[in-house]
Amino acid sequence: MSLDDAPAQTIAFTLDGRAVTAAPGETIWQVAQRAGTMIPHLCWKDAPGYRADGNCRACMVEVAGERVRAASCKRRPSGGMVVTTGSDRVIRNRRMVFELLAADMPARATGPDPDSHFWRQSDLAGLTDAPRYPGGRPGAQKEIPVDSIFHDGSHPSIAVNLDACISCGLCDRACREVQVNDVIGMGGRGMDALPVFDAQDPMGLSTCVGCGECVQACPTGALMEKTLLDDTATRRAVVADTVKPSVCPFCGVGCQTEVHLKGNDIVKVDGRQGPANRGKLCIKGRFGMDYAMSPERLIRPLIRRDGVAKDPAAQMRFEDIDAVFREASWDEAMALAAGGLTAVRDAHGGQAIAGFGSAKGTNEEAYLFQKLIRQGFGTNNVDHCTRLCHASSVAALMEGVGSGAVSAPFTAADDSDCIMMIGCRPEQNHPVAATYFKQAAKRGAKLMIFDPRRQGMMRLATHPVIFEPGRDVPMLNAMIHTIIEEGLYDRQYVQANTDGFEALREKVKDFSPKAMAEICGVEAGYLRDLARTFATAERAIIFWGMGVSQHVHGTDNARCLIALSLITGQIGRPGTGLHPLRGQNNVQGASDAGLIPMVYPDYKSVEDADIRHRYEDAWGRALDPARGLTVVEIMHAVAAGNVRAMYVQGENPAMSDPDQTHARKALATLDHLVVQDIFFTETAWFADVILPASAQPEKPGTYTNSNRQVQLALPVRKPPGQARQDWKIIAEMAARSGLDWGYGGIDEVYAEMAGLMPSLDNIPWERLMREGAVCYPAKSVDGPGEEVIFYDGFPTASGRARLVPTDLVPPDELPDADFPMVLTTGRLLEHWHTGAMTRRATHLDAQESEPVVSMHPRDIGRQGLTRGQQVTVETRRGAITLTLRADRDVTPGMLFIPFCFVEAPANFLTNPQLDPYGKIPEFKFSAARILPAAATAAE
Amino acid sequence: MNQHAPAKFKRRDPSVPKGRQIADADVAALSRLLGDMPRRRDMLIEALHVVQDHHCHLSATNLAALAELFALAQVEVYEVASFYHHFDIVREGETPPAPLTIRVSTCVSCELAGCFELIRDLRAAVDPARVRVVEAPCIGQCDGAPAALVGRRVVRHATVETLLAACAGDTGRPDLPDYQTLDAYRAAGGYGALARVLSGEIAAEAAVAVMSDSGLRGLGGAGFPAGRKWGFVRGYAGPRLMTVNGDEGEPGTFKDRWWLERHPHRMLEGAQIAARVVGCERIYVYMRDEYPAVLEILRREMAALAAADIATVPMELRRGAGAYICGEESAMIESIEGKRGLPRHRPPYIAQVGLFGRPTLNQNVETLAWVPDILTHGADWFARQGAGEGHNGLRSFSVSGRVRDPGVKLAPAGIPLTRLIEEYCGGMEDGHVFKAFFPGGASGGIFPAHMADRPMDFGTWEPDQGFIGSHAVVILSDRDSVRDAALNTVKFFAHESCGQCTPCRAGTDKMVRMLEARQTDAALYEDLLEVMGDSSICGLGQAAGNCVRHLMRHFPDEFAPGADA
Repeated sequence: MSLDDAPAQTIAFTLDGRAVTAAPGETIWQVAQRAGTMIPHLCWKDAPGYRADGNCRACMVEVAGERVRAASCKRRPSGGMVVTTGSDRVIRNRRMVFELLAADMPARATGPDPDSHFWRQSDLAGLTDAPRYPGGRPGAQKEIPVDSIFHDGSHPSIAVNLDACISCGLCDRACREVQVNDVIGMGGRGMDALPVFDAQDPMGLSTCVGCGECVQACPTGALMEKTLLDDTATRRAVVADTVKPSVCPFCGVGCQTEVHLKGNDIVKVDGRQGPANRGKLCIKGRFGMDYAMSPERLIRPLIRRDGVAKDPAAQMRFEDIDAVFREASWDEAMALAAGGLTAVRDAHGGQAIAGFGSAKGTNEEAYLFQKLIRQGFGTNNVDHCTRLCHASSVAALMEGVGSGAVSAPFTAADDSDCIMMIGCRPEQNHPVAATYFKQAAKRGAKLMIFDPRRQGMMRLATHPVIFEPGRDVPMLNAMIHTIIEEGLYDRQYVQANTDGFEALREKVKDFSPKAMAEICGVEAGYLRDLARTFATAERAIIFWGMGVSQHVHGTDNARCLIALSLITGQIGRPGTGLHPLRGQNNVQGASDAGLIPMVYPDYKSVEDADIRHRYEDAWGRALDPARGLTVVEIMHAVAAGNVRAMYVQGENPAMSDPDQTHARKALATLDHLVVQDIFFTETAWFADVILPASAQPEKPGTYTNSNRQVQLALPVRKPPGQARQDWKIIAEMAARSGLDWGYGGIDEVYAEMAGLMPSLDNIPWERLMREGAVCYPAKSVDGPGEEVIFYDGFPTASGRARLVPTDLVPPDELPDADFPMVLTTGRLLEHWHTGAMTRRATHLDAQESEPVVSMHPRDIGRQGLTRGQQVTVETRRGAITLTLRADRDVTPGMLFIPFCFVEAPANFLTNPQLDPYGKIPEFKFSAARILPAAATAAE
Repeated sequence: MNQHAPAKFKRRDPSVPKGRQIADADVAALSRLLGDMPRRRDMLIEALHVVQDHHCHLSATNLAALAELFALAQVEVYEVASFYHHFDIVREGETPPAPLTIRVSTCVSCELAGCFELIRDLRAAVDPARVRVVEAPCIGQCDGAPAALVGRRVVRHATVETLLAACAGDTGRPDLPDYQTLDAYRAAGGYGALARVLSGEIAAEAAVAVMSDSGLRGLGGAGFPAGRKWGFVRGYAGPRLMTVNGDEGEPGTFKDRWWLERHPHRMLEGAQIAARVVGCERIYVYMRDEYPAVLEILRREMAALAAADIATVPMELRRGAGAYICGEESAMIESIEGKRGLPRHRPPYIAQVGLFGRPTLNQNVETLAWVPDILTHGADWFARQGAGEGHNGLRSFSVSGRVRDPGVKLAPAGIPLTRLIEEYCGGMEDGHVFKAFFPGGASGGIFPAHMADRPMDFGTWEPDQGFIGSHAVVILSDRDSVRDAALNTVKFFAHESCGQCTPCRAGTDKMVRMLEARQTDAALYEDLLEVMGDSSICGLGQAAGNCVRHLMRHFPDEFAPGADA
């Protein structure tokens, strides 16, 4: 926007003798910047989410008629104001500010970062000489004493050198207002006013979650990535030579990143202004990327040595690999890999083959993988880990609203008055998405958090609800009961947009809050309050995670949430909707691309003849007319000898599947297993051929996040050794299986896929190259995608949504005298899924490096245990030994084990019982017992 | 080994989640201690007082437990606690302070009276395991210098002997002076003006007009006309709130204490009238922690008032915690909200966006104490008591230093200082010749005796970069060093700077260091004074250098001995 054609409602004033206009809310600094005047600034970070604080006084300007100078970063002009940014006095003032700050810190050459924002701005402000004033802080104008109280090296990834600190409070705002992690504050006062962590604790021992937003915000290098510093962590040693845009490979939030490289090494990652993250990252995205540089990367194809049997009880130690596998050329490995698959196909038919694709790969890889299985082997036995996370949610959503994707992005929390979180712990699993919920709560939105365990975000919640594990349906039906009984439902909306209301009304009659209170452990009055709060909110939105989906009644849980949203009309408007928080970075995209046994891309049924014929035309062969097997069913089929060969790309069923003893036994019986991965995963131990693939920063492609935003990432580094890009490996597998694909590049794959997927209409490859991210559906090729959908009905045959009543189904395995505790599994902030990547990301593993079971301290005392000791946790399916952690967030009577630790795989314990609709196992509820480790060994 | 792997760091204890862990029992114990106090953010400082009073320090465990009870993050509690000097944070492994603290005032008047010698001797005389001696900023007993607080007891004209004797007594409760109780005040016609306002006999508009006509000005130091302020705040859409600024921290000032220790209901009635006229829904009285007697009087009398069913606007008493900056109205508001006392940027002014984001009327104690009399006797009665043209009303001057009879002097606004000394203070102390004076505490600057014939009022000293402020007059004699006095003030400001903005935080620090090092390069001072005056966020930093400026200008021999001035 030029200064002359500013829109109406603007404020006209004079800036350095020029008539200018400010938009409402614009500050003098921003107007000056538009006008081409860069006013030096320190405590002001010109980035979304950062409030101007005006404390450093570097950006002072003169306002005619005012006694003192004004901070241009904070001051908004008023009509007719006369502002001078460059008078002698103002320039003197500014230079003095820099001189005073410089006087209290180490000299430029000896400080942590000579190229920091501070020093560059200092140049801009014209500070050329050494400061004339005496230093007031230890270390000022001198070399840093490494043992100075201002140096805190306790954190694995972040160095704190407060002698460079200018007390500008940007770290405080980063931590408290941008990320809402609430760890950093400004302690003390006067010259002692400095950032503190918790109660002035060492950063590494504080509640810091390592998101590094403070590092990204710090203008002086007082907070810096250790990867950039020397051994003493006080001085810069590494300067990146290139900076490239990318997308984070970890969770479904889909943060855009800016990757700083030195040579082929990623040395630093910053958040980029993506639609999902707005510049933010969590510890995984910022400090977890060294997995790609891990010495454990697979760099050559491997082939199982002749005569080495597949041992289901293998201890899986990295140093034993050579005894089991030998290196091979790509040609030999591919011949063997494809030969094994085609041999099984030819001897036993396509149904004897199954493929696991990956929600960590690109859309293009997912598309090619399912195409290979369907077209090359004539079977629909292709699935991926969505089965283990949101299959039940998707089943309920498809049935209820005709689409498995979210109806609104998590950023819709911005517009919401009432945010309901259930069965999710986004601070651990979707940290950047959590920032929007926390910000909403801080601005006064109602926040309802339903969780059987306490969680940190409950501190900000207006309505924390700790309920009995596995009792979602009675609790939610009691809310629905209240809403209907008290007439709080949206009659008009229900009438116009839904079917099945009467059946729902009938069903929930049995679910009065009074009757359900004892079952779900939530007091009846509170259940009513929750129901009223949700129903009467102007705009309410529901977010859920695996605490909802990973149950034998997971689909019912989701049905209840859908009903709650539909009967109150809390959908299809800004700030409302249904949002299952997707786990993997591309679980949405992989599902969309057809990596599901029942459907082709865009959820088109394989059993629908018309659709199938379309794909048969496109792919030039007859396709399997029956739905294929799902993840857990495939393992059963393997065990039964019906599936004899598998192609596993980037998945790790030996860690992720429930009842692992069974899963690993099954894998060991396969005639032929091809594993394509970047690491030697637990599953790879059972492989015949292992193909070294590319890590996310090494390959091109698109990813679809939880918000339906399709984002493009191009390679930022070269794969190590002989590792190859996944899509090329899949394409060669196809070629060696008799298919003639002949793609010239990934863009051609995308074009073919998009041609078959109406959801990608108006999102051509060129647009993604240009815009980086586009939300689907997009109504035109130049207009923005639609973030909020269902504003005019639903993509069902009738255009109406379907309300599905639910019954009370208890968890499959209730605690009893032998197994009195409830075991639930999940993730840790630092570790992703089975830990294949994050356990090898050294900064993440430094935070959580050993398997733990968390238990309430009161239970620990009652059972005569001591935190820190080794304990054995047993269920009817197995036992594992690990460290006991005392955690007041775990409700008494419960145990929590993260499933990322190969040393003590939680899935040895979990219950493989499936939800009948989503075919998802009950990871969240097993009956268990806990004993001192020694006692078990003695038995 | 991965070359990118973290090298040296503290591996955290895997047997607990991240950060400080506390037990359910810790939270329960603290909860019992706090009783029925609402667990609201704005009560945080009150809660910290309860813990500090009970345990004589704040343990990290209790800070964490407090955070849990108040649904705050640990750091939100810590940063507040660490801002206020009356809280002693003790982290794991640290030694708690001695159970009894003596705060010896070190303001200019107390320094003139030998407080630093007293501190030295006292430290040698006490058992440090039992008694801690702290150099404290002004405690508002300047007419009894040197003065100290022994626990909650005030000792005036303190000596090592009297302080040790005080230590042996009951130090947990203040001595209460003989003040006018509610009954006595009512018997003397008190709350009559409020009744007339409540009955509508005096309409709100009329009350505002009377205030304007009387010339009553804000006597906390800014001198803003009270009537105009009432008019402004009334003009903003409600709900509105009111604050009473009792954080009388300007060194040399003690008149608000003087009023409240004698006639607390004058202020309370004035506040009720103002709140009613302006339409404020609630009154928060913020009282500095250095005035334990006043706090106790207000606690009793506000309760009595509430029970008597006279007042219509609910009042809350809030206790400061040792931070001069909280006398700055927006910092005070932050403090009432339970936060660190950082002054806010203006605009917006608190009249528009104040306490809890609402339009807020803030008035000083003395200002309000005049309100009932003015309404009773009329605007003219008040205005004509001034010293002449443009000087309206009576003022309470806090006079200390080298006069024979220091104390609070009720004198006409605009009286020349020479008259104030001679007619109200019995002249100079024997053997002392008038040399210099502070017209308005540490921030109002320091002037030579020959300028003492000007009228003592707002506007008089501004042309010379000074001001009368809170009317805290400190008199120096030929035996005193203006340089030392100036250094005393700058040290005070460095000690009390909130640390928010660079010019004040770093500027006061540099000023102290340069003066202590006897730096005489005037250009260094001039550059510093300019940026502090121009670019500090609030009045503290803007005025912190006034005395140094005057030292250079009016007392060049003391600034740079031997140099040609």
